[in-house]
Amino acid sequence: MKLNRKKIYEKINERLLLICGLISIIAVLSITIFIFSKGIPAIKEIGLKEFIFGEEWQPTGGRFGLYPMIVGSLYVTLGAVMIGVPIGILTAVFISELAPKRVASFYRRLVELLAGIPSVVYGFFGLATIVPAIDLIFGGGGNSLLAASIILGIMILPTVISISETSIKSVPMELREGSLALGASDIYTIFKVLIPAARSGILASIVLAIGRAIGETMAVILVAGNTPLIPKALAERIRTLTANIALEMGYAYGLHQNALFATGVILFVFIIVLNILLMKFNKKVGENK
Amino acid sequence: MMMAKIDVTNLNLCYDKVKVLYSINMMFTANSVTALIGPSGCGKTSFLRTLNRLNDTVPGVKVDGTIKLDGLNIYKDMDEIKLRKKVGMVFQKPNPFPMNIYDNVAYGPKIHGITNKKILNEIVERSLKQAFLWDEVKDRLSKSALSLSGGQQQRLCIARALAVEPEVILMDEPTSALDPIATSKIEELILKLKESYTVIIVTHSMQQAARISDFTGFFLLGNLVEYKETKKLFKSPDDDRTKGYINGIFG
Repeated sequence: MKLNRKKIYEKINERLLLICGLISIIAVLSITIFIFSKGIPAIKEIGLKEFIFGEEWQPTGGRFGLYPMIVGSLYVTLGAVMIGVPIGILTAVFISELAPKRVASFYRRLVELLAGIPSVVYGFFGLATIVPAIDLIFGGGGNSLLAASIILGIMILPTVISISETSIKSVPMELREGSLALGASDIYTIFKVLIPAARSGILASIVLAIGRAIGETMAVILVAGNTPLIPKALAERIRTLTANIALEMGYAYGLHQNALFATGVILFVFIIVLNILLMKFNKKVGENK
Repeated sequence: MMMAKIDVTNLNLCYDKVKVLYSINMMFTANSVTALIGPSGCGKTSFLRTLNRLNDTVPGVKVDGTIKLDGLNIYKDMDEIKLRKKVGMVFQKPNPFPMNIYDNVAYGPKIHGITNKKILNEIVERSLKQAFLWDEVKDRLSKSALSLSGGQQQRLCIARALAVEPEVILMDEPTSALDPIATSKIEELILKLKESYTVIIVTHSMQQAARISDFTGFFLLGNLVEYKETKKLFKSPDDDRTKGYINGIFG
């Protein structure tokens, strides 16, 4: 009798877990279906080639060329990676290898704090400091590709630092000592043995950072200038895919609205590609063990 | 009496406030194999790691006493980089770097400034031959070192240590992770290395100490209990504790 009750209890728990699991799957599926069902017809109407490679975005004139925004997103992400990744990896090295214990734990707190700051605050900070600085140096108002890259570069730091640090830390002690015992300095050991040994984790951190950068909206809108044109210089205004959706969704209707959903489709494809890359890296990490 | 290669006087070692070694006095002669035996936690590995100053990397470690290599104090008269070039080390677990076989062996010489490709090729070949590994790997030098078997990896690590042309080789239980066949290959190699190097080996296996070493030191609780020729130590130990340990009464 008692056993039976235990069994029932077990079954109920199992079902509960199953339902929770299903909810997240349903969420992912319904978002996907929703975006595609709204976006695909718009792409069909506009024409895939015109939509992706068209250089003019004028919803009122019926022109829906997304190319400037695709380029904008890629440029901004590239810029963020160029700024954030080297700084992030070197900070991770500092925290895990060189800093005294107390300093390291203080740094880790700071990085967690950095991760917790709302993106609108980043944007506001950029608007108040970086944008005027760029205006001062390059002119043109300061809202620019460069400003967005710098802000995003800072925003991806926590992702790069914490994942890289974990993977550098998990390099076996024996490898460090093996290098030191041959007469290598700490720095030589870090660059020749530790970073190469931790590379799959570091690469994974970069892919996650790219995902974060490409998906960021609020901070970018505040500093990027948002002109739907292909930028020719670092100090020129740009608009990203996410900004495109967020800026116009409020007043769009009809084909315009659906074109914004189609923008979401393109974004979705980017994210899926990144996830596949990430899965590959994670697989490699597993193989090393 | 042969000239001392390494001369240790009054060595004490603490980790934070825990004392690990108590005034060790020991002398190692060139071109000999010395085995350090004793139960786990007796301080023999800590002792070995003071000889190339690898303990320096542990925070809170304190060493006093003097260790001289060819008459030079290793804590005062040279930096650790110079010391570690002369005193190589092989670890308990094979620890090849995650790179190819060639780069593993060339790693040490590159640190010490050798960049000439031809010279590096020569060093790699010579070191691998010395470690009896050349014939097994000469056709796949560009393959990852991690693709080798455990025994091969350990011989690669020995080749890597030999590549910087050390004078002394420290070995920390180099065969404890290997099967008997790989072990006998490494032992054979150690006997060969004795001709040109001074070998100091920490081992848990008394048979191994008896097979390959000329001198044996028995450590217990941070003290060097007895130290003399291996044959004498195993045949007629002076100390009752040594007798007890080699007869398997404790340890």
